[in-house]
Amino acid sequence: MTDTILEVKNLKKYFKTRRGMLHAVDNVSFKLERGKTLGIVGESGCGKSTTGRCILRLIEPTSGEILFNGENVINKSKKEMRLLRQKMQIIFQDPFSSLNPSKTVMEAISEPIIYHRLITDKLLVEKRVRELMEIVGLAERLINSYPHELDGGRRQRVGIAKALAMNPEFIVCDEPVSALDVSIQAQILNLLKNLQKQMGLSFIFITHDLSVVNYFSDDIAVMYLGQMVEKAPAEELFANPSHPYTKALLSAIPQMDIDHPMERILLKGEITSPIDPPDMCRFQKRCYWDCAECCKNEKDPELIEISPDHFVACPHIKDYS
Amino acid sequence: MEEKKEYVVEVEDLTVYYELEKETVKAVNGISFKLEKGRTLGFVGETGSGKTTTALSLLHLVPDPPGVIKSGKVNVCGHDMLALKPHQLTKVRGKDISMIFQDPMTSLDPVFPVVDQIMEAIMLHEDVNKSEAYQKAIKMLELVGIPEERAHEYPHQFSGGMKQRVVISIALACNPQVLIADEPTTALDVTIQAQVLDLMKNLRKQYGTSMIMITHDLGIIAEVCDEVAVIYAGSIVEKGTVREIFKHTRHPYTEGLFNSVPDVKNRGRELTPIPGLMPDPTNLPAGCAFAERCSYATDACKTNKPSEHREGDHVFFCSAYDDPGFAIKRKDS
Repeated sequence: MTDTILEVKNLKKYFKTRRGMLHAVDNVSFKLERGKTLGIVGESGCGKSTTGRCILRLIEPTSGEILFNGENVINKSKKEMRLLRQKMQIIFQDPFSSLNPSKTVMEAISEPIIYHRLITDKLLVEKRVRELMEIVGLAERLINSYPHELDGGRRQRVGIAKALAMNPEFIVCDEPVSALDVSIQAQILNLLKNLQKQMGLSFIFITHDLSVVNYFSDDIAVMYLGQMVEKAPAEELFANPSHPYTKALLSAIPQMDIDHPMERILLKGEITSPIDPPDMCRFQKRCYWDCAECCKNEKDPELIEISPDHFVACPHIKDYS
Repeated sequence: MEEKKEYVVEVEDLTVYYELEKETVKAVNGISFKLEKGRTLGFVGETGSGKTTTALSLLHLVPDPPGVIKSGKVNVCGHDMLALKPHQLTKVRGKDISMIFQDPMTSLDPVFPVVDQIMEAIMLHEDVNKSEAYQKAIKMLELVGIPEERAHEYPHQFSGGMKQRVVISIALACNPQVLIADEPTTALDVTIQAQVLDLMKNLRKQYGTSMIMITHDLGIIAEVCDEVAVIYAGSIVEKGTVREIFKHTRHPYTEGLFNSVPDVKNRGRELTPIPGLMPDPTNLPAGCAFAERCSYATDACKTNKPSEHREGDHVFFCSAYDDPGFAIKRKDS
């Protein structure tokens, strides 16, 4: 039997703008098994971060269900939510803006512990902070340093220690390595992978970097303008990308293999506005398949299973695979 | 017999410091390289390794103060850039050598329509009147895929990828012989990045522009460059053709870079990060700057400057190769 830690059903988040409703996340559903990682990839504005934030209710979803350990997060009161957030945490992209510049490492990491009154004894709090620092690989001498004295990699380690302080079961990692240099990026990715193994953490890993998501995730969901267009186990997705957008996206990654350059699919056409989009495929205007024209008269496609666990939102997928 | 090569950029022993009140940041420490006409040279390295400072020195644009060019020679298309007077520099910049910066928003002026900004560059360098300049500007925009209807729009009305196209069209407006691109696609999404890189490759083919591409992405290097210089702590540690660097890696730092990036085609491979951090540029070690993080380093590496080794045009600076039997773990392929 599978043990589902998180299930998101028909999640929608619309933002009111002067020009109409902006559909940031539109009918997104997925499941995450305990101890696994779901990668969400997409380009800027596809709604991947909004999805992550809605799950923690850092942004209130417009509609939908978020079942965390079987409980619907949406109906929780503020007080209940506070308790629940101990189990669900988030790591942000830019560790510089997510850390308070006037607080030391000690103060930053101990903040959630004190706020949730997990430990009240001051000495024990410090002991716990030192323990967390060791887990994330921060030297003890840095305990009284301020964020500006730390480099990006160390700052991100503080962010991770902060998230781990509550012994969470589930962490949303929102572009955790995008701001870091490659050699440091690998350090943080390995750290997160080890923590997952040791603590049985479940991750949602949000990123625009396809090689990172491939390395890190068990399953990958590809988002385009608020919708999920393809979802599959990581290996399957990279071996058989099926949605025309996924194909273009994967072909766009600069390849290090100089002997076998990939054929590139260049996308043309304008991007459909996410404000009050019509009920049709949102990728239609940039689609390069011959049948793109007929999609103009068709409704917004739903995800269909083309092989076990491989879902694609394109009605013409059969003709092309 | 050696072929006679034509170089558009020659840099010799360039050293640039930023002299602050309390400390001196040693940004570039004796870099030498040459760029052959029509070729693309990639600079790869991490934040703070001195890639951008090197590029700025080529245009004599290092902010002074605090930047001081301590020593070295910079020759661009026959001009001794470091000796030129400001009014002479204005004539060289944009005409012989241009630069594209990472963030297109900060390199465009928000209060002028984009076409005016291209015309400005053209009118500065060419003896044309306003309407001729306008015609040329429109042609440049079309070249980068922006229709005339949008020429009168302001930068904020363009998306990131479109803005970068405008910046490219300004940089290319006067047909420079050398184009420096400093992380031109870092701020862009991958599908847009693919479009911009494709555009740059086409323009290079069409005009034979020589290019210096600064990036931290080894994939981009593999795709657009002919030669690569790997920069670490203000020095070139390894230099050669893309094939030599990727297939016959020699320097331990370059090896570390390859081991740090996830490979799309081989997802099972473990990442091996480079331990530690780049040394503080205000306090560089006496010996090899990479010794602290290098798994092959000996005590001698920490005190002695790395020695230079060559395999044809492939140059690398690492004392470990003083032992003729030495080889790094990464295999040649």
